[in-house]
Amino acid sequence: MLDKIKDLWQTISHPSRYYSLGILIIAGFVAGVIFWGGFNTVLEATNTETFCISCHEMENNVYQELKSTIHYTNRSGVRATCPDCHVPHNWTDKIARKMQASKEVWGKIFKTIDTREKFLAKRRELAEHEWDRLKANDSLECRNCHDFQYMDFTRQGKRAEAAHSTGLAKGEKTCIDCHKGIAHELPDMAGVEGWQ
Amino acid sequence: MRSIILILLLIPLLAIAEQNIATLRANDIAVEPDAPRMGNEENKDIKRKRNYPMQPPTIPHKISGYRIDLNSNKCLSCHSRRQVADSQAPMVSVTHYMDREGNFLAEVSPRRYFCNQCHVPQMEVKPLVENVFQDVDAILDENKKKQ
Repeated sequence: MLDKIKDLWQTISHPSRYYSLGILIIAGFVAGVIFWGGFNTVLEATNTETFCISCHEMENNVYQELKSTIHYTNRSGVRATCPDCHVPHNWTDKIARKMQASKEVWGKIFKTIDTREKFLAKRRELAEHEWDRLKANDSLECRNCHDFQYMDFTRQGKRAEAAHSTGLAKGEKTCIDCHKGIAHELPDMAGVEGWQ
Repeated sequence: MRSIILILLLIPLLAIAEQNIATLRANDIAVEPDAPRMGNEENKDIKRKRNYPMQPPTIPHKISGYRIDLNSNKCLSCHSRRQVADSQAPMVSVTHYMDREGNFLAEVSPRRYFCNQCHVPQMEVKPLVENVFQDVDAILDENKKKQ
């Protein structure tokens, strides 16, 4: 075993004996394209709704609740899928979120929320994670579509206009502060600011 | 005997009469009619007049998507005592903080928790039937004129 590792080290630590530098560069480039492309393809495949709801925990709970909301069905047919709201679009943030998601794989393996009852019992905690995340990134996933710059207050209801032109405009509040439970049902809201 | 025959002859006529009974259902019982179009909820945020003093005020804004369940009550997130300073919405009536013996509670009474049992939004639609409701003032005026 040790000999084999030594052999390998000998091979990679010395200049190539048989292959020209050109071949090595081109081969390296091609291999790079294949590996990187493969990685990204897999990453993108895990970033689809079909992937998310391939687990019954997601399909039977949160996905069913999404269906009746405006983010799933509406007059113009533009809809948000799971990753639109739950995964950052920016690459580094996306990778960071994907690494956090290993906890979700853990949860799947150890059946943390494999029944509706377990899910409901844990819902407040799970919801709080998402609220905290959106609070911390200033509701980035909302703003990927709902850009404050292009909001026409004159087309909004009076109450919406009042809230958006004050707290939101000053940056004191962010979307998630008021818009909780817009895509899924809410947990017990006792003690949550603004909900009593 | 003759009368029995007469009655028997009348039965088919009764059956025909039954088909002409006034009903709100336009289609035959076996036909699934098209659903009526959904109206637009009025969203003007302007208080409406109450038809009588005890009438639960109607909701002058959209409430589609507002959840009221065991876990959360979207209405109270603006109209509860704690929230009105922020939201500038009218506070739910003090009667909603009483139990049925009239004792005051810290929270909205459970029997008043489901807001849209009494408070409803209004749609911009043509009424299906004519409304002949008369305001108490109109009745008093009428009585005065009679005297």
